[in-house]
Amino acid sequence: MNTTLTAIRAGLARGRIELRQTFTNSQDLWNYLFPTVVFLVVMIFMRNATVPGTNFSLGARTMPSVLGMVVAFGGLVNLMMALTVEREDGTLLRAKAIPNGMLGYLVGKIVLVSGMTLISLVIVLVPSLFILDGLAVGDLGSWLTLAWVLLLGLVATLPLGAVFGSLFSNPRNMGVIMLPVMGLIATSGIFYPITSFPGWLQGIAQVFPIYWLGLGMRSALLPDGMAAVELGGSWRHLETLGVLGVWAAVGLVVAPIILRRMARRESGANMEARRQRALQRVT
Amino acid sequence: MIVASELGQSTSGAEPAREAAMIDVRGLRMRYGSVDVLKGVEFTVRRGEVLTLLGPNGAGKTTIIEILEGFRMRSAGEVRVLGVDPAKGDEQWRARLGVVLQSWRDHGKWRVGELLHHLGSYYVPYSTPERRRPHDVGELIEAVGLGEHADQKIASLSGGQRRRLDVAVGLVGRPELLFLDEPTAGFDPHARRDFHDLVHRLSDLEDTTILLTTHDLDEAEKLADRILILADGRIIADGSADVLARRVSRDAEVRWSRDGEHFVHATPDATGFVRELFAQYGEEIADLEVRRTSLEDTYMSLVRQFESGQAEAAVREFEEASR
Repeated sequence: MNTTLTAIRAGLARGRIELRQTFTNSQDLWNYLFPTVVFLVVMIFMRNATVPGTNFSLGARTMPSVLGMVVAFGGLVNLMMALTVEREDGTLLRAKAIPNGMLGYLVGKIVLVSGMTLISLVIVLVPSLFILDGLAVGDLGSWLTLAWVLLLGLVATLPLGAVFGSLFSNPRNMGVIMLPVMGLIATSGIFYPITSFPGWLQGIAQVFPIYWLGLGMRSALLPDGMAAVELGGSWRHLETLGVLGVWAAVGLVVAPIILRRMARRESGANMEARRQRALQRVT
Repeated sequence: MIVASELGQSTSGAEPAREAAMIDVRGLRMRYGSVDVLKGVEFTVRRGEVLTLLGPNGAGKTTIIEILEGFRMRSAGEVRVLGVDPAKGDEQWRARLGVVLQSWRDHGKWRVGELLHHLGSYYVPYSTPERRRPHDVGELIEAVGLGEHADQKIASLSGGQRRRLDVAVGLVGRPELLFLDEPTAGFDPHARRDFHDLVHRLSDLEDTTILLTTHDLDEAEKLADRILILADGRIIADGSADVLARRVSRDAEVRWSRDGEHFVHATPDATGFVRELFAQYGEEIADLEVRRTSLEDTYMSLVRQFESGQAEAAVREFEEASR
């Protein structure tokens, strides 16, 4: 039997098991539900405001943008968290000690994080369909667009999560990366159209995946007329593909190198040192 | 010095057997920055042997074991594990090893059986007719004494139960060579005895070669066919507990009582002394006890000195005592 295939299959099983575990403990359930409730409340409050220059509900415009953010956040932050935490607690070292264990581990993490992202997306999307008016969800095209944006978004952000997760050895230092991410969300036109921001800020936002994920999701779920109030007056699908594609390509080249370097350096002594540091913080 | 004489004998006789050695280490050196942690370590482990690496904390035991496991690059020296340089070991090689790690809180949400089953599944393609891989999970759980906890979440296990799980994880691929780093840390005496039984069973029934580290001499004596004492980056003694004990202490302590009075006498020739004792007093002698000044006494003084920073003096003294 092919050993790589075995490890991939084990990784898929691993992802399924860990995804199922997220439904059986309060911490994970809270992590699903809390942001969802916050987003829904925000959208309800924004429901009666309108997008500048239109009479379209700002809440309905925010919803797809939030989905884009959920994808970016899910891919980047969840994987990053998992890698740093599980490096500290020894999960990775265990994976390293078994044949093809690292491959299985990584496949499992990708399945888990993708699954978690999908779930987070669905639990925001479904109630929104009942609360918000004006969404264009009647035709298959909307859902196909949503699907490719989701998929490309994950491919673009998961490798970044893997890279950052490998670089940070202490889970408590992740604020360093979380703050810029938060700033980026604020400037990426998620909660308010980017068109009202100064040009240089628009420029910065358009370098990163979050803006394009929001735009892609809006293109899927908003009526075509709403493209008029986007930058360039269009959904810019080609540009979305281009920018997310470049991030994905760069990530897929860089991530394996960084991951391999991180995995090579994992040892019991390193883990023990981290453990000691963590215990010192506790006491 | 023990090392020299012992190695001199064994290598000359066992040169062809080096091929079949499970572990072969020559001139192993490790340097962190400007500190030499290992200064030329040499040893061989034969198939089926249980070998203990004994030494004070900080002697470099974990460094050696991690080099052998392929988790750490060495500075210099030649190392072969199952005939392969661990720095270049592939997954095929890895599948033949069992590594028992110090765990902490990983896989807390998993259930015991679930995790073993999952980790075992990686070994399926490495199964051979002689060695079916992976281990049957049910049997394995029983063997490490976690039978009642198979469906329990790992986060809810006690420290000792967790350690048993670590051992089970190390065994799930039915390894030919098993590494155990401080396996009984945090065990209560009962769990410790169970664990010792398990190690004996593994080496007898499964033909598993075992290398374990400990700083506990008592454990080393109970478990190992052979003990290597590591201090100051070198192996300062190599032999069975019995051989080491004899080397370390020529003097034995003889205790007896006569007419309700108790006596103690130290002598290098306990047998001769006791013979004379009986010749002289015959049936008046009671409560006879002959005890060698244990390896433990000597080892403990080594550890004490080592910990107070007098590593070299400690090693010299130990070698003096065991000459």
